[in-house]
Amino acid sequence: MSEPRLVEVRRNVLKQNDVIARALREQFRAAGVFVVSLVSSPGSGKTMFLEKTLTLLQPHYRVAALVGDLATENDAVRLARSKAPVKQITTGTLCHLEAAMVQSALQEWNLEDLDFLFIENVGNLVCPSSYDLGENLRLVLMSTTEGEDKPLKYPTIFNSADVAVVTKIELAAAVEFDWPAARHSIESVRPGMKIFRLSAKTGEGMQEYLDFLSQQLSAQRSVAQ
Amino acid sequence: MHELSIAMGIVDAALEEAQRRSVQVSAVHLRLGPLSGVVKDALLFSYEVACQDTPLAGSKLIVEDVPVVIFCGRCQQSRTLDTLQSFSCPECHEPTMDVRQGRELEVFALEVNDPEEAASLA
Repeated sequence: MSEPRLVEVRRNVLKQNDVIARALREQFRAAGVFVVSLVSSPGSGKTMFLEKTLTLLQPHYRVAALVGDLATENDAVRLARSKAPVKQITTGTLCHLEAAMVQSALQEWNLEDLDFLFIENVGNLVCPSSYDLGENLRLVLMSTTEGEDKPLKYPTIFNSADVAVVTKIELAAAVEFDWPAARHSIESVRPGMKIFRLSAKTGEGMQEYLDFLSQQLSAQRSVAQ
Repeated sequence: MHELSIAMGIVDAALEEAQRRSVQVSAVHLRLGPLSGVVKDALLFSYEVACQDTPLAGSKLIVEDVPVVIFCGRCQQSRTLDTLQSFSCPECHEPTMDVRQGRELEVFALEVNDPEEAASLA
């Protein structure tokens, strides 16, 4: 029996996702909406942080959120308290969001009615790193209670993100959070990363982060025109 | 763990390419970078499951590990990283985000048998 021959094919396995993500990004640009995705481990305070973000931005901007969750709609219910439009994407057993889920969740919304769209990914620091959702900014959260070395344990997700947010700083002293060590971990895996330290609970540090988002929106719109 | 859905994506891509060429696949060669976020062992296990009841059942997944390569602006050289915990030049330690390689998740090649040959052997 002759040897099997080798045929070169060169197919990106995630091509389908990437094609949809690219189409979404173009759609966001055309509509003038700035899209931020949030990734973190479960329990880092992502939903609380997003609830505060929506509430504080709402007097000035038109904001909305998509929330990925494995099974419950609890997060969407919590976020609805901000009065911003919120839609749940229940992923079932899937541990991450994919571009197609975002696309179908957005079908009933008119993107031109929005300034900011937030996409909260499923709480997971591994799987979401593989999937482009068409977002303009990927924000990774870590809380002071998780320890300083999270970035070293999950370098891929930190490396793929644009901005890091260290949350629950009101608890930093109680858990002896070592800020220089945390900053060093983040900068090792993602040199030059923009980092915010804040407390969604007390509001400390939130304004600087919100100002940053406003600047990003203006910058995107000035490029788009 | 998302390796099963990735494995199904590999099977779909390989089947499509095989059907277009009217060939039978005995092995799929995959190029995998550590920044793809995919774990090799979980993928190898998932591949067998994903192949079941498809024309790829019994085929092998051969994974070529692709290292992370960065470009150091100071040295003006491409360098291979041996850790994901420090994105800096291994020679001069300059931090860098100029990643040139390591995100690959690519069906690179198929080992195939031509159907005429398979038929004549049967």
